[in-house]
Amino acid sequence: MDLAAAKMIGAGLACIALVGAGIGIGNVFGSYLSGALRNPGAAATQTTNLLLGFALCEATGLFGLVIALIILFT
Amino acid sequence: MAMHPMEQFEVRPLIEHPLFQIAGHNIYFTNQSLFMVIVVAAASLFLTLAMGGGRMVPSRTQSMAEMSYEFVANMIHSAAGDDGLKFFPFIFTTFVFVLFCNVFGMIPWSFTVTSQIAITFAMTAFIISMVIVVGFMKHGLGFLKLFVPDAPIYLLILLVPIEIISFFTRLVSLSVRLFANMLAGHTMLAVFAGFVVMLGAAGGILSILSIGPMLMIVAIMLLELLVAGLQAYVFAILTCIYLNEALHLHDHH
Repeated sequence: MDLAAAKMIGAGLACIALVGAGIGIGNVFGSYLSGALRNPGAAATQTTNLLLGFALCEATGLFGLVIALIILFT
Repeated sequence: MAMHPMEQFEVRPLIEHPLFQIAGHNIYFTNQSLFMVIVVAAASLFLTLAMGGGRMVPSRTQSMAEMSYEFVANMIHSAAGDDGLKFFPFIFTTFVFVLFCNVFGMIPWSFTVTSQIAITFAMTAFIISMVIVVGFMKHGLGFLKLFVPDAPIYLLILLVPIEIISFFTRLVSLSVRLFANMLAGHTMLAVFAGFVVMLGAAGGILSILSIGPMLMIVAIMLLELLVAGLQAYVFAILTCIYLNEALHLHDHH
């Protein structure tokens, strides 16, 4: 197998990391909604934690994306 | 013809002649430098002109400036407590700079400054070194207690290296989060724009189908505007949280 093809396959595999980020972000917002609907009074106080959880979760998936870009463009 | 999706991130000198040299490296005035100048000028002009009147009953533009001030002040107060407010100018500047860079990048044919890892990493390196300096100035060597959690001594052998590694990984995670978000969003927009061009050039029924990806671009554009604001917010609030750790160590205010 030549190097260019192997690079493409490797970059594709590195993008699988985004599966985890997708599941995680869905979990963050889903849990927030189920909590917020049970106790709407406390929902507004938790938006900071919601966005923080979202950002920390998303970053792990993006590391995979960056690895894919590094494989493709170096 | 359709352009390569990564072409928009190319940094190229606008003035062929290097401005000056540092240790043998030529320093050029690039398109990135131009957009940083534009962003800083636009942000300072907007905030100065909006507050120029300083009226008791604010106009629409004045309340935009006042709201952004209050928003950041509340954020610092909730995340870093009262002594965090000393760092208000720094955090407000960071927030406004990142926000304006992200939003200016949404204008077609413009350059997204925050899509360069060099820029975000430099900002993050400055923030983390500032956190370390603030921590040592406030607590002296007691700042090192940040790396020692409450745990039995035999667990500390394992936990202290983990704490130190996790502290320095912030350098990577904070910079890569902003950079990768901007890069991924703008690449996606360019790929969809490529679909429009390809379908349009195909002719016949396929040309009519090109309206599909076109509408998709509009939707992604809205999503990207949301992401631009959100990432600026996340960048600023994480800065506050790191500052809070340096100011208060483990005890919660």
